[in-house]
Amino acid sequence: MNQALWAAKTGLDAQQTKMAVVSNNLANVNTTGFKQGRAVFEDLLYQNVRQAGGQSSQDTQLPSGMNLGTGVRVVATEKLFTQGSVLQTGNAMDVAINGRGFLQVLLPDGTLGYTRDGSFQINSQGQLVTASGYIVQPGITIPDSAQSVTIGQDGVVSVRLAGQTGTSQVGTLETADFLNPVGLQPIGENLYLETASSGTAQAGTPGLNGLGTLIQGALEGSNVNVVSELVSMIETQRAYEMNSKAISTNDQMMQYLNNNL
Amino acid sequence: MDESVYLAMTGAKQTEYAQAINSNNLANVSTTGFRADLHAFSSVPIQGPGVGSRINAVVDAYGTDFAQGPIAQTGRDLDVAIQGSGFIAVQAADGSEAYTRAGDFRIGSGGLLQTGAGYLVVGDGGPVAIPPSASLVIGADGTVSVQPLGQGPETLAIVDRIKLVDPEPGQLAKGPDGLLRLPEGETAEPSAEVRLTSGALEQSNVNIARTLVNMIELARQYEMQVNMIRNAKDNADASAQLLSVR
Repeated sequence: MNQALWAAKTGLDAQQTKMAVVSNNLANVNTTGFKQGRAVFEDLLYQNVRQAGGQSSQDTQLPSGMNLGTGVRVVATEKLFTQGSVLQTGNAMDVAINGRGFLQVLLPDGTLGYTRDGSFQINSQGQLVTASGYIVQPGITIPDSAQSVTIGQDGVVSVRLAGQTGTSQVGTLETADFLNPVGLQPIGENLYLETASSGTAQAGTPGLNGLGTLIQGALEGSNVNVVSELVSMIETQRAYEMNSKAISTNDQMMQYLNNNL
Repeated sequence: MDESVYLAMTGAKQTEYAQAINSNNLANVSTTGFRADLHAFSSVPIQGPGVGSRINAVVDAYGTDFAQGPIAQTGRDLDVAIQGSGFIAVQAADGSEAYTRAGDFRIGSGGLLQTGAGYLVVGDGGPVAIPPSASLVIGADGTVSVQPLGQGPETLAIVDRIKLVDPEPGQLAKGPDGLLRLPEGETAEPSAEVRLTSGALEQSNVNIARTLVNMIELARQYEMQVNMIRNAKDNADASAQLLSVR
């Protein structure tokens, strides 16, 4: 029916989605390893009502045509993989990645998940697991009698056993990198899955080949910039109001038409 | 039947079109790099016999507003904004070259540089491919340089140069996909004058106050046209009554 009404409706939809993205960012302002999301807007197809350059007579052409835009849509919500601030926790089981790379965990369905959240714990079998209980890959088992755990910059995990003076290695943490981390699919629980767009995971030793080093006793905070999110929230709200104003104006036009004819 | 009712009807319908253009601008008030569409009414006389009073008002989307939009800092490596005139060349869905002001780049599958809307960014010879890299810098003239993985910050490698163009804005027309194009498949020459700012995005250049005022004006104009239709109807009613037998 009325195109103006539908264009304004797409505006409301898109602003609503943007508000959801902003709210999710703000809700996760304290989530370890969280990466800020961003809604990407694109104008929708234009409808060609009258073609520019069409012949208006044998010898003359229309100087301009009429293309009616049909509104806007959110074409993607992408993650911004900038480094979050590294917070010292002093907990030996906490690991932050300084630079590129993701820690790998084994999901219950047997696939690998990738995360920047290094708040590890030990399960009943002594295995190194994430806060959700997923086993860190490659698997590392900490012996019962371990007095202290040390995780090196390059991922080497060593323990000092009771009654011994030296330390012994129990495994090595590897990190994985992607050509296009933005293409990873976030699935919640601070985890990402590999997709066709992210490229395949290239696992390696932290600190080598461009992978970031590991920092023991620290966690990577959320990279959400609260100020920019709040400004973005204000902007979104006002844009939403304007589009709803456009809907009510068009509604009044239709109403006037109905009441007067 | 009285012709004025048709003139008023065309007026109302064309005002609806203008309102659609205006609402589309408003819907795209936060679309990165969006250029507002302009509209104008022109009078189109109907040719043929009769008194020369039948002049329709027809709306033209007579072009695009190329004013600079506000620049917002994002701090992201892959975000660029054009300062002043100029456009970024991208490859449209049909493979042809088109132009945009949206510099919200990302790296797509296969390492190709894309805009936020998914169009491939054109470099010196075709799409810009980004090798795996630790960091990426887009220079003011569109030069893309990366620090290859596993090498120190002293080894910056130049990958490609984004094609920046600066054609006469009057020649550009918006296509159905919202990208700007030169007429008849021409492509613009690269320009060394265009300046990019990285870590920033250019917002939509829709002037909110003007668009809202336009919206009110068009709504009132519409009501006037509807009144004209009603007047024509009243006239017709009155003449029908005059002729009716008591």
